[in-house]
Amino acid sequence: MPSSDLALDTLPKLLIHNAATIGGRPAIRHKNLGIWQTWTWEEMLEEIRAFSLGLAELGLKRGDHFAIIGSNRPRLYWAICAGQALGAVPVPIYSDAVAEEMAYVLAHAEVKLAVVEDQEQVDKIIALSDRLPQLGRVIYDEPRGLKDYDHNRLIAFEDVQRLGRKKLADDPACLRQWQAELAKGKGSDIAIILYTSGTTGRSKGVMLTYANAIVSARNANAFDHLGADEEVIAYLPMAWIGDHIFSYVQSYAAGYCVSCPETPDTVLEDRREIGTTYAFAPPRVYENLLTLTMVRMADAGALKRRMFDYFIGFARRWGEKILNGEKVPLTARLMYRLGDLFVYGPLKNRFGLSRIRVAYTAGEAIGPEIFRFYRSLGINLKQLYGQTEASVYVTAQPDGEIDAETVGKASPDVEIRIADSGEVLFRSPGVFVGYYKDPEKTAEVRTPDGWVRTGDAGFIDPKTGHLKIIDRAKDVGRLKDGTLFAPKYIENKLKFYPNIREAVALGAGRDFVSVMLNIDLTAVGSWAERNNVVYGSYQELAGHPLVYDMIAEHIDEVNRSLAEEEVMAGAQIRRFLVLHKELDPDDGELTRTQKIRRGFIGERYAPLVEALYGGATSAQISTNVTFEDGRQGTVSALIAVRDAKTYPARPAKLERAA
Amino acid sequence: MRAPSSAEVNVGEPLLSVEDVSLTFGGVRALTGVSFDIRKGEIRAIIGPNGAGKTSMLNVINGFYRPQAGRITFKGEERRSMRPFAAARGGIARTFQNLALFRGMTTLDNIMAGRALKMHRNFFWQLIRYGPALQEEVEHRHRVEEIIDFLEIAALRRIPVGRLAYGLQKRVELGRALAMEPDLLLLDEPMAGMNLEEKEDMSRFILDVNQQYGTTIALIEHDMGVVMDLSDRVVVLEYGRKIADATPDEVKRDKNVIRAYLGEPHGVSV
Repeated sequence: MPSSDLALDTLPKLLIHNAATIGGRPAIRHKNLGIWQTWTWEEMLEEIRAFSLGLAELGLKRGDHFAIIGSNRPRLYWAICAGQALGAVPVPIYSDAVAEEMAYVLAHAEVKLAVVEDQEQVDKIIALSDRLPQLGRVIYDEPRGLKDYDHNRLIAFEDVQRLGRKKLADDPACLRQWQAELAKGKGSDIAIILYTSGTTGRSKGVMLTYANAIVSARNANAFDHLGADEEVIAYLPMAWIGDHIFSYVQSYAAGYCVSCPETPDTVLEDRREIGTTYAFAPPRVYENLLTLTMVRMADAGALKRRMFDYFIGFARRWGEKILNGEKVPLTARLMYRLGDLFVYGPLKNRFGLSRIRVAYTAGEAIGPEIFRFYRSLGINLKQLYGQTEASVYVTAQPDGEIDAETVGKASPDVEIRIADSGEVLFRSPGVFVGYYKDPEKTAEVRTPDGWVRTGDAGFIDPKTGHLKIIDRAKDVGRLKDGTLFAPKYIENKLKFYPNIREAVALGAGRDFVSVMLNIDLTAVGSWAERNNVVYGSYQELAGHPLVYDMIAEHIDEVNRSLAEEEVMAGAQIRRFLVLHKELDPDDGELTRTQKIRRGFIGERYAPLVEALYGGATSAQISTNVTFEDGRQGTVSALIAVRDAKTYPARPAKLERAA
Repeated sequence: MRAPSSAEVNVGEPLLSVEDVSLTFGGVRALTGVSFDIRKGEIRAIIGPNGAGKTSMLNVINGFYRPQAGRITFKGEERRSMRPFAAARGGIARTFQNLALFRGMTTLDNIMAGRALKMHRNFFWQLIRYGPALQEEVEHRHRVEEIIDFLEIAALRRIPVGRLAYGLQKRVELGRALAMEPDLLLLDEPMAGMNLEEKEDMSRFILDVNQQYGTTIALIEHDMGVVMDLSDRVVVLEYGRKIADATPDEVKRDKNVIRAYLGEPHGVSV
């Protein structure tokens, strides 16, 4: 069918268009048995069509829902498109979801058929099948270990394709039917349902239309000038909106090639071989890469280590400026070139980022040090802020306008509003249709005039015009005088210092902000060793006056940076103390995922809170602790409370010292 | 997990049979008149207390030791003994109780070494690595890559094995044995020194090897749970003599076996 007849408003239509226009270019790769296998757009169309016809033979039809479970593999991406071509709606599910969670999603989404990766997923589904009466066939990609299973229900991916190819050979007219069915799809159809793993309660199925996804993807491609030459590697969960847009929709819209790693463990090496030009990762990935490097460097020879330290220090001073296109003296430029030859280049090659043009970090706050490290090497790392409900893009940092602490400007076609409560709202063409079978939740999140509540509190930074996310909206409070108080924002600023392991900020409904801190035993311990500070226990070290001095300096710096921000200036830290024991999930002070339980800590350490706000310079505390072997004990200590210096709110300087 | 029918399926003809084998080292009798067989396609366990002669038995099977008496029939051919090299060429591969890998070589090269017997081009062809030699290497590499994929060690391909964790080294050693495409695979304590998770992984690999490649497996193992779960039939040795030969369930109930493992009651009621 000539592609010009098609409005390019669904993904299967984009596939046909790409096969017709750039059919000979690579569309997807997969490393198999150590060798990269490539499919061109034409070949991929044939594979998808065969599978799609096979699915039709198995009875999948318009409006049906089908599940996709597994890690990033070409066949699973094909399955998404193959189902969409029939008008069916794919529901990708996190492959590491526990059976209970998977059962909920499969049942809630009324899934009729599942395409899964391997035996592990097949086992999970079979175990759940009693509770899923509507679930029919299960299609698997990897046959290993499934030989002796009951094949009435199971069917191999290639057997489904064989069904499709046979149908095509027996009845050539079915091709026209298939094309007609594909052409029936339109932009306003539901393209996909993505279940978000909410932090509270059951996960919700976010319904996105083709128009949502495609407009978002086109805007993102235009924003970063992404074309058919990009190389990306698909390694984040397929059930996550980021991967779906980035490795599927944006690829179809721009025509670029997506590479699937050999196994989840080989991503680093695979990325190096592919040489990605566009990347997307949560901060954790960048942190791990950096840690790995630092550990390796610690073991390297003295010469290498000195060279590394020297040039990294040099890059810290000049790298970002060069990347941002600022004015830099010629000597620094030349020296940076030299550094690139000896250190930055090989390092980037190790990371698989030699050819990178744009790299994004999203999901959580990234440590400013880590962020600047990558930028100083000449890697264009940027931040973005997105949500499933927005088809990812809400804000992103334009090239050259980078700040470690903001998430950027509104993406093309996106409007942003800050509610009186501080909550960030947005409106865009990517805004979702609703939560599947949950109009109440939909109404809670989306206003009648199309604004979506993000649940995050933030403000527009007057200096850069970028959005800054400070905390979950429900955690943001106010001081007695009405000043905005975002505990997590302050805590994160503190926790970016290696010496501070945990921080608990208090202040909601009180006169001022105060914090309770945990020192990091490794970092402070090694500092103590270097500075001849003698200590016998964690408690003694934590209470050491020199440690207090050091912490006071950190707090001073945090206060200075808070003073620069109009919205936050009133919430500077007035008083602080260092806790005598580490906050511990066993004592209920942290959740199992290491998030602090502010309310509980406030009650448990009530005498300390009293001292913080009562003006005392020390307080006696005794608390029950649970030891690792389960025994209970009591720890008591006299804890010093100190005042911190605060600064008057200042108009932001144009440039902040790095 | 295991298909329930495997016990029936595996009633194949004997691949290897050992008849009346005795082995002595000077005055020490390591094996005395041991007879049993290993059938095609089964997983056969050899168990017994320390010093029962299990490893000696494996060494006899793969030709490392020559028994003073008895007969061994492998693939229908009778032999008294053979050299390990000939055994390997004949289709018997093994792993060792204490690892025997080339520690400085990568995972890939170690497994590739398992293909050495299958390479037919001579040293000089291989040295210039051109034409038929290159083609041959490509074919072997393909086979090795299948094994790497099968054992899920793609991420370790380029890492020298000396740097790998113990459990992973065991897996590489299994890979090298598989690279020989053996008819009979001998595993000497494949789970020794492993943690629970590694044991579960290894058990799955052993079952998959047996199921997917149809490889006959004889294994020595101390972890009784593993033995009972994996094997189709178990032979029990004590002081170089066979004291039982039956299915795992029967062996578990066998009085002689219980005595061998728990010791004599000595009039004390247990």
